[in-house]
Amino acid sequence: MKYLDEYRDGELTRKLLGEIEQVVTRPWKIMEVCGGQTHSIIKSGLDQLLPPEIDLVHGPGCPVCVTPLELIDKAIALASQPDIIFTSYGDMLRVPGSEKDLFSVKATGGDVRIVYSPLDALKIAQQNPDKTVVFFGIGFETTAPANAMAVMQAKTQGIENFAMLVSHVTVPPAITAIMESPQVQVNAFLAAGHVCTVMGYWEYQQLVDKYQVPVVVMGFEPVDIARAILMCVQQLENCEARVENAYARSVEESGNQPAQKVINQVFAPTDRAWRGIGTIPQSGYRLREAYQQYDAELRFPEIKTINPQESSLCISGLVLQGLKKPNECPAFGKECTPQSPLGATMVSSEGACAAYYQYGRYSDSLGELGKSQ
Amino acid sequence: MSEHFDISRWTCPLPLQNYPTIVMGHGSGGKMMSDLIHHMFLPLLENDPLNQLGDSAVLEINPDAPRLAFSTDSFVVHPLFFPGGNIGDLAVYGTVNDLAMTGAQPQFLSAAFILEEGLPMDTLGQITTAFAEAAAISGVQVVTGDTKVVNKGHGDGLFINTTGIGLIPPGVDIAPGNAQVGDAVIVSGTVGDHGMAIMSVREGLEFETRILSDTAPLHELVETMLAASRDIHCLRDATRGGLAAALNELASSSRVGISFEEGLVPLQPAVRAACEMLGMDPFYVANEGKLVAIVNGGIADEVLAAMRSHPMGEQAVIIGHVVAEHPGMVVSKTNIGGSRVVDLPAGELLPRIC
Repeated sequence: MKYLDEYRDGELTRKLLGEIEQVVTRPWKIMEVCGGQTHSIIKSGLDQLLPPEIDLVHGPGCPVCVTPLELIDKAIALASQPDIIFTSYGDMLRVPGSEKDLFSVKATGGDVRIVYSPLDALKIAQQNPDKTVVFFGIGFETTAPANAMAVMQAKTQGIENFAMLVSHVTVPPAITAIMESPQVQVNAFLAAGHVCTVMGYWEYQQLVDKYQVPVVVMGFEPVDIARAILMCVQQLENCEARVENAYARSVEESGNQPAQKVINQVFAPTDRAWRGIGTIPQSGYRLREAYQQYDAELRFPEIKTINPQESSLCISGLVLQGLKKPNECPAFGKECTPQSPLGATMVSSEGACAAYYQYGRYSDSLGELGKSQ
Repeated sequence: MSEHFDISRWTCPLPLQNYPTIVMGHGSGGKMMSDLIHHMFLPLLENDPLNQLGDSAVLEINPDAPRLAFSTDSFVVHPLFFPGGNIGDLAVYGTVNDLAMTGAQPQFLSAAFILEEGLPMDTLGQITTAFAEAAAISGVQVVTGDTKVVNKGHGDGLFINTTGIGLIPPGVDIAPGNAQVGDAVIVSGTVGDHGMAIMSVREGLEFETRILSDTAPLHELVETMLAASRDIHCLRDATRGGLAAALNELASSSRVGISFEEGLVPLQPAVRAACEMLGMDPFYVANEGKLVAIVNGGIADEVLAAMRSHPMGEQAVIIGHVVAEHPGMVVSKTNIGGSRVVDLPAGELLPRIC
């Protein structure tokens, strides 16, 4: 397949890995921010082929994992109402709330539908004028333009039976949070190529200036990943800290400006709670006043949640900040598996724990677990 | 940064361990379904033929007569018509293939139709015609049936159950637990076609190339394989859960490891593109006319040549081997030289958010 096979080329990947091996002289912890990249790394087995000095740390960039429990509970409460059609991206359905997940709501009669685009949810609203269609607007800057567009079109077309439960989060404040953490051990960041396709990478310069960490914009295929890691290691070994773009076929410094314009027109920055972390200031989006009539939380103020309880067994927080690997969790693969997850990182296909469980159980780095299965 | 921010509190919630109701994942062909079978059905119903968990039960009525293959399957596909077939031919080929996976020659079928009030008679006519044609192509007689009608809203237009009986030729011993270290693993053609054909119409996705379901009978292909060699140890049609589920079930039943090379698994470009777009792994996507065979490594090339001489096996290929390491586990070699575990799917296949 064009534009894909050349970036999955085994020979080229191994050549880049060889170059990394030549350049590296000491241990480095490098965080890939995005869960899609974690998935790609584990699925291709690239982590096993890196020199031992390179420790890839899996970041908090999985939208499913970081959507706060309170919002999941609200989604479940909304989806349970008879006059609501609740629409969502597929992998949110298995994420557990305090008591159940959206699959359970569907099983007990709730009208829960998987859509590929919020614009499909808008169509469902047009087809069902006697119901309110709520779309679960989650994700990073990647899903924000389409979600913003759906709200904008609802307003333009006068579609009033549409609302969005918004839980958008943004990447740069999360990186700041990780760097501000007293236990931080990350030497460099691999930025998410699709987020940068939308937002550009100019925002990262201030992070580089403030924390003196290299940031390299990375794609999603093995060649992209190996190349970005090489660029990162070269900077680290030369004691440099710059923003570099290893995904130039998709990303420009200023990003996709029409998309940014749509985001800015519909959304405003706001403090957001991240599941398990707590609130990070100005780390997400809310609907602007002009679009508040589409805010599901305002339209259904009766939807309240009672103090959601988080588990003490799950260590996904330590995983997400790079202090522990998924397989170092005592519950990994035992109490916690993809079909009975203890934490969101085990639920989403982008979650670090799920990626380890599905693809990595056999690898030597995971030790006894692979043999005991 | 906020002074209240404390990254060490980064934890996860404790969700349900078990669903108190049936959810769609229980029918996905993955771990949830496997758990349901092992914890609900088997303990209450267990017996030797059932415990084999083959695609068909193998029954010996009389030691002097051929053994019977006996299998049942229900069809609840939505939409009823999809590119490459409809629920009628699918219902015949599904059970014919289950029988064929024991090496049996399919003989007789039952047909139970559960019709929803309001189903257009014309639709039922088209489906029944396809059902009859598929039975004729498969050489099976439909010898008994049942008709039920349920209230509007209590069925999805039409559900079909078929049960089949086949005769297993003497000297054939094919079972999920028969794989041996050193055996070759063969897949009969491109994977993921049926699942993506259904998805392409169900989700209203449009691809430049139309993806057709591969729904087709496999008993003749199996007959051709058995004519080449009787040293075929396991057969599995890779339906729900796809290639990954079929390989995992065989590895688990035989208590062996399976190792294969990802790059060798045949994939249609359109199926691959659709899977890339939706964030799905084609190894987990359903097939309705593809089988996985585990055969003695020494005769694998002969069986492969026989398969390729048959229209249903033209693209057959040896993708890997049965190994002594990692028993019960399927491991693939990735295209860049790494390895990954190809596990059973958990529940329903879900498209990824981004």
